[in-house]
Amino acid sequence: MRTEQVLEVQHLKTYFPTQKGILHAVDDVSFSMEKGKTLGVVGESGCGKSTLGRTILHLLESTDGRILFHGEDVTRVDRRRLRKLREHMQIIFQDPFSSLNPRMSVREIIKEPLILKGGRTRQEMEEKVEELMDVVGLDRRLAFSYPHELDGGRRQRIGIARALALDPEFLVCDEPVSALDVSIQAQILNLMEDLQEERGLTYMFITHDLSVVRYISHEIAVMYLGQIVEKAPAEELFSHAFHPYTKALLSAIPVPDIHTKRKRILLKGELTSPVNPKPGCRFRSRCPYECEECRKPQELREIMPAHYAACHISRELAGMPDFPKGL
Amino acid sequence: MERDRRKKKSQFIMAMNRLKRNRMAVAGLVIITVMVLASVCAPVIAPYGYEQQDLYHIFAPPGNGHIFGTDNLGRDIFSRLLYGGRQSLKIGVVSVAMASAVGILVGCGAGYYGGRVDNLIMRFLDVFQAVPALLMSIAIATTLGPGINNAMLAIGITTIPGYARMTRASFMSVRGMEYVEAAAAINATDLRIILKHILPNAISPMIVQITMGVASSILAAASLSFMGLGAQPPLPEWGAMLSAGRTYIRDYPHLCMIPGATIMLAVLSLNMLGDGLGDALDPRLKN
Repeated sequence: MRTEQVLEVQHLKTYFPTQKGILHAVDDVSFSMEKGKTLGVVGESGCGKSTLGRTILHLLESTDGRILFHGEDVTRVDRRRLRKLREHMQIIFQDPFSSLNPRMSVREIIKEPLILKGGRTRQEMEEKVEELMDVVGLDRRLAFSYPHELDGGRRQRIGIARALALDPEFLVCDEPVSALDVSIQAQILNLMEDLQEERGLTYMFITHDLSVVRYISHEIAVMYLGQIVEKAPAEELFSHAFHPYTKALLSAIPVPDIHTKRKRILLKGELTSPVNPKPGCRFRSRCPYECEECRKPQELREIMPAHYAACHISRELAGMPDFPKGL
Repeated sequence: MERDRRKKKSQFIMAMNRLKRNRMAVAGLVIITVMVLASVCAPVIAPYGYEQQDLYHIFAPPGNGHIFGTDNLGRDIFSRLLYGGRQSLKIGVVSVAMASAVGILVGCGAGYYGGRVDNLIMRFLDVFQAVPALLMSIAIATTLGPGINNAMLAIGITTIPGYARMTRASFMSVRGMEYVEAAAAINATDLRIILKHILPNAISPMIVQITMGVASSILAAASLSFMGLGAQPPLPEWGAMLSAGRTYIRDYPHLCMIPGATIMLAVLSLNMLGDGLGDALDPRLKN
């Protein structure tokens, strides 16, 4: 069975002019997403994951590159077409305390996208709102509550209901569970999984939480300073990471077993500035394998089937279980 | 039906309930309401006309048929206060209405669009604000000529930058919220975002400033009248009454003290009300 491609991003760049120079928030990122699948995007704060998500929805202007949604370039369509396209692409935000307008009731928040789309009678909209509340597991009696009266989990459900109101097929989930308690995180993740199954949704799941991304993703992309350094199917990435940065990142996952001895790879140095970066591998100032070759730009290459890494020594590293001694 | 009952509990009613609990604010509201009503009903309440002289009793002390006494021309001070309230309160409300309408509009644009628009507007206001407010209103009032309407205009114009700046500041803080971005993601237009998402969340400091602004406009009007640029005799106005009484302050202090106390009471109650409104309008504060 051939899978349908929902989104294809080609050489996407988002730069911001700052006082010190040009900030390369997203720099030459390419990937594609299949229908019904989840792409997890991980990376530390400031690596451009959220900017990437917002650029895809055209909430931020891209500098260069193409974003093909079902073959149509989002960066080049006019306003009217963009409005139409946005009905199919929605976003779930990180902080359920700031992503909901405190002056609007739950019902008004969920109804707003329907009002803006138009074409429904008042009665139909009310029915749709109730249906959406059922779908995301919100009690109907909460319809007239205000967001500040509800807890984080319920608020996030409102955000999901709003995103689902227009029946989108692609959702950017910008750290949707990071602000929630662990027990609530599981509820929301399960809800999102169920929704994916029922509606064939495609998720781009942005997070810094590696356990969450492993749980929910089919495929994972690791970002470092605006670039994808490694991309692989979820389990593959966790068992055979190639890129030194991914390895270091994975070694930071806490293991709930006091007898397991783990080698944490501690990275030295600070994150290099994304303002006017030098060509070549951006991780090289912190990388234990840094060499002359790293000064050249690193391309994302397929090391194993469906497993890409942007490091010239990935192949050699593939054999090695961990970092060499003494680092 | 349970649903309808919940529906009726709008945010406005909830805010009013919170306001009711604040005794200072309620006191302020009551005092200012009484003042407004008394001024509106001045012809009915006032025992004498504002021009009516009682030449047998000039400088009469409070009491004895004239509740607050009479002034140098034998006019009943209480009646003049009632009629004067019409002018003073009108100046306060109208000038603030003018200033806040323009200021909020300008501030909206600057705060929402940012960048070059913001820079242009703000630098213009900087120039404006470089001249002290009182001096500016004196200049405007003198240029246009003395009179109530020109005083209102002068005060209104000089207070625009304050409203614009405050609107801009609260717009900028709300603009960065994720729900504004969420609104853009569901295709809300700029106008809808401004009116429905930003303004309701940015408006509470504005309402407070507007309430308190009425108080400071009354004061500014009093200053202008004091200098002879506001209300022209024989039309009574609180500030003008104060300045007229100045000459006799040693012998007949009630000529100054009574209008002075009235101004103070009006300003104080508006400030108390504004303060209470600021607390009551925040939906996140529980009762």
